[in-house]
Amino acid sequence: MSEHSTYTPGNSVEKWLDDRLPVVRFAKEHLMDFPTPKNLNYWWTFGAILVMCLGIQIVTGIILAMHYTPNIAMAFDSVEHIRRDVNGGRIIQAVHAVGASMFFVALYIHMFRGLYYGSYKAPREIIWILGVLIFILTVATAFMGYILPWGQMSFWGATVISNIFSAIPVVGENIKQLVLGGFAVGNPTLNRFFSLHYLLPFVIAAIVGLHIWALHVPGNNNPIGVEVKESRDTVAFHPYYTMKDLFAMVVFMIPFAWFVFFAPDILGHPDNYIMANSQVTPAHIVPEWYLLPFYTILRAIDFNVLFIDSKLGGVIAMGGALVMLLVLPWLDTSKVRSGSFRPMFKWFYWLFAINFVALTYLGAQPAEGIYTVLAKVCTAYYFIYFLVVLPVLSRIETPKPLPTSISESVLGKAHA
Amino acid sequence: MIGAIDMFKTKFIIAAVAAMVGLSAVSAQAAEAGATIERQNWSFAGIFGTYDENQLQRGFQVYREVCASCHGANLIAFRNLSEPGGPGFSEQQVKALAAEYQVEDATAEGGRRPAVAADRWPSPFANDQEARDANGGSLPPDFSVLAKARGVTDPFPTWVFNYFTGYQEGGADYIYALLNGYHDEVPETAPEGFELAEGKYYNDYFPGHAIGMAPPLADGSVTYEPGEDGVTVPETVEQYSADVSAFMMWMAEPHLVSRKQTGFVVLLFLVLFAGLMYATKRKLWAGIEH
Repeated sequence: MSEHSTYTPGNSVEKWLDDRLPVVRFAKEHLMDFPTPKNLNYWWTFGAILVMCLGIQIVTGIILAMHYTPNIAMAFDSVEHIRRDVNGGRIIQAVHAVGASMFFVALYIHMFRGLYYGSYKAPREIIWILGVLIFILTVATAFMGYILPWGQMSFWGATVISNIFSAIPVVGENIKQLVLGGFAVGNPTLNRFFSLHYLLPFVIAAIVGLHIWALHVPGNNNPIGVEVKESRDTVAFHPYYTMKDLFAMVVFMIPFAWFVFFAPDILGHPDNYIMANSQVTPAHIVPEWYLLPFYTILRAIDFNVLFIDSKLGGVIAMGGALVMLLVLPWLDTSKVRSGSFRPMFKWFYWLFAINFVALTYLGAQPAEGIYTVLAKVCTAYYFIYFLVVLPVLSRIETPKPLPTSISESVLGKAHA
Repeated sequence: MIGAIDMFKTKFIIAAVAAMVGLSAVSAQAAEAGATIERQNWSFAGIFGTYDENQLQRGFQVYREVCASCHGANLIAFRNLSEPGGPGFSEQQVKALAAEYQVEDATAEGGRRPAVAADRWPSPFANDQEARDANGGSLPPDFSVLAKARGVTDPFPTWVFNYFTGYQEGGADYIYALLNGYHDEVPETAPEGFELAEGKYYNDYFPGHAIGMAPPLADGSVTYEPGEDGVTVPETVEQYSADVSAFMMWMAEPHLVSRKQTGFVVLLFLVLFAGLMYATKRKLWAGIEH
């Protein structure tokens, strides 16, 4: 990558440092001069937005941890204490809680952008796989964070989800007890979830580092999916994309701030303002909205298949829905990356997006009547898209002619 | 031309973000209720809403004279009553009020002493079991965050609009409806075959309809002092329940007013800042075909 380097140490101190730890050279190469396709649209700003989201969660989270008490008798009141009595606490707490939702909004947009523009295809498979790992870890982190306020949904969500482990044959019950630190959700559970909730964001940050490292080997994909051919296809990351990303971050902060200041509780569940009580089960146990698509898939399998009972079947389906993303680069073998040049793919892609929204909606509905049927249909399409549609389309679809280069495509657009 | 495409894409992304956020509405489920709960005209609803000091003072009076004999508020300290954005009592009034109550204090002689402004509102019962024994087996819930622990499930598309209006007053609506939802006898609207257990009361809005709390309010049961300008407020169940619901919302969200005030400053800053950033970005990219 050093071929992009235009760095020459300005003085003897920089020279001395550069010979020993070339950190300035690294920053110059990767944060400033890095050649970036000049045709990236605003969907490409969500990577930077996600870095911002992770940063916000870590900073607010560290402050919250200074005032939070991970004990089942005191956790609920300590969160209220932060809101009522800690200086700036109500804003910090609201930013952290709303921030989790905004994180997932950005995460889903970022992933759907990758799905549409084929950003997972060679030579970017590792970037995609690392991204899926980040997604799974973020889900786990958010889930454990939701336990900490120790409200009714915290408790019952943890109870329902930890039961997933007990579906695993032979060792399931032991794994569940290890996760919970006992036979049921209790003080040991709260303590270990708090500990892991503090740890995992730093693991995520490390994988984000790898994700960006892997990105900086082939460079960015772009909306036409044609690789960079010459230097006029690109612009320097700084100032062009630093500026564009910063603008997008500020715009993203507007709905973020709207929720923090005008509707901080609207994304949560009223039941979580009731302290956890193992004796009272809420009428509907609903996970946070960003977990609903996978919750629907878990619940959709309500029938036994051969020796696999419905409970294990649900867990396999839900796990499969996530793990399948890891092999996506080898399911879609179409040589054309960008969905813009794939007339058939487009239809199935948008259907997949609508289907994903439907899975989210269904997760919040009671598992009865028409909803169970729809949940099965939507779950089926989720899998069919990856396992049937993409491999088949790769063989039968005739893509539209691709522009020869990014520059040609941009010029064509300008004169159109 | 490029600018127009850019703008279109930006709008599309904003719309997509809004749609994704809108989705989260589905998680905003709420307490199940038997009948439709109507929205009340709360002074604190919406983005410009603030508490009505007089209403909070009346609500506090209802809470203190009626509710507090069974319902605690363990997150509320006396001092909160004189803090900005609240009922607006003076520090002297709060001190005098606190002194009327006794609180547990292991370091005081005899283990009890008169409360000071920093003390929390004393619990009416020593423990949950005592509270249950005094209330026919039902546990009167603590009021500290109760207004946020209840809600109303709005039908589509109302819940989508809530994200843009910031309507979060379902808890107060529910409490108001509950206090006005009592029937002397099981009404005809009750579910078929409904039988009221002994010691329970029929309520239209309570989940399952059988509530352990006797109708707590009656017309004229609390005497409101006329205001300094001689204006009187009706002494009716409707008025009492609206006032106490507002007070409960304040207990659950005592900093609502300053939160919204900060919000306006933050949003104004962000919108202006975004405008400047956009102008800068355009200028920077002006010479580049993209």
